[in-house]
Amino acid sequence: MNASAWHMLLEGAWTTLWISGVSIAMGVTAGLILALIRLARVPVIDQLLVLYISLARATPLVTLALFIFLSAPTFGLQLDRNVAGILALTLNTTAFNAEIWRSAFRNFSREQREAAMATGMTPWITFRRIMLPQMVITSLPGLINEMSFLIKGSPAIAVIGIVDLTRVTNRISAVTYEPLPPILVACVLYMAIIGGLVWAQRVAERRANRLAV
Amino acid sequence: MSNWQILWQARDQFWSGFLSTMTIFGCAISAAFVIGCVLLYLLEGSRPRLAVPLRVFIDGMRMLPFLILAYLLYYGLPSFGIRLDAWWSGVGALAVYHGCYIAEIFRGSRLTFPPGQIEAAQAHGFTRSKMFLRLILPQIVMQTRPLLGNQLIYALKDTAFLVIITVQELTAAANSLSGTYFIPTEAFIVVIGFYWAVSIVMEVIVKQCGRFGSRRGFDNV
Repeated sequence: MNASAWHMLLEGAWTTLWISGVSIAMGVTAGLILALIRLARVPVIDQLLVLYISLARATPLVTLALFIFLSAPTFGLQLDRNVAGILALTLNTTAFNAEIWRSAFRNFSREQREAAMATGMTPWITFRRIMLPQMVITSLPGLINEMSFLIKGSPAIAVIGIVDLTRVTNRISAVTYEPLPPILVACVLYMAIIGGLVWAQRVAERRANRLAV
Repeated sequence: MSNWQILWQARDQFWSGFLSTMTIFGCAISAAFVIGCVLLYLLEGSRPRLAVPLRVFIDGMRMLPFLILAYLLYYGLPSFGIRLDAWWSGVGALAVYHGCYIAEIFRGSRLTFPPGQIEAAQAHGFTRSKMFLRLILPQIVMQTRPLLGNQLIYALKDTAFLVIITVQELTAAANSLSGTYFIPTEAFIVVIGFYWAVSIVMEVIVKQCGRFGSRRGFDNV
């Protein structure tokens, strides 16, 4: 492996990181919004969301990415590869995040909500000042776990031609005819990324436990 | 002729893709279960020196994406003169990868296993392997069944990755059909429906196992 191979690998790692990062940011926010909508229990929308969450959790990422990328033109949309990849990852992770947020809502202490009501806070202020800060801390371990699942699933976007950290190993071995070294380096890079997340999860869990006591 | 009619005529392709996915899934998950059990037995402490490398191996696997392991087996192993075809490297990668996850699930449950039972078994003269097979393993499997069910669904979803290393399965069938007839939307909707149906069936089976388990008193230990 020469310098250009290293450069390509790092570029692939960067692609994986930024696409995953954008999807995580969108997925966490969208999951929170979906959880809020589900709490409101609007009759038809609620059933639709249940259907969406069930479907998104059962659909493999590869299939979803191919589906979005190939069928967008039939709906008259010209999607860029990166946009299709981000959309697939986001649709997938949103469903899981919505469940994590929802369980944080359900487990939120009722006494605090009643106290907030008694002191005359409006529902919005209760949510923003009392519930959200605590819910972020309690659901952070689950959210970070889901983030590492997303990164482990991100090689799926290679199927629509995005050169991510997994796909780039093919490109390098097509030149050098030695597939093993780039794959091993990619393994180490993935381990570094996901190991960092696992470490963050441990720290978050310790914090969440301290809050619970 | 509408798009759906074209798909109906190509139903054989879907069906063979579905059967291929289910074969891969069945073989891989059975092997993964066995690997998980063996890893748990090895972690049991019969050879203390083995425990640390095994933990490192399991944790390492859990930090890798599935596809990179499949790449390692499919593209990397030929460097050592071992040539696996796409199917075998796919099944092998699935089995090892999910075997490690299952071992980790079992290990978590083993930590909370009541030590009184093990002392009682030792007092009755159970050998280590008999105790593992008759007492520890059945209870741990029944206890962890919701997590195992989740892991099964993850394994099913991971089979779709194998399309990238050219295994002919369900997603590959949809991909080739949409390439031939230019009807990607309908083809992928059918395939997603297949995956959905299988995961719903698995959820129902896990729930039924729960009923069986509570009838046999597994919940009371």
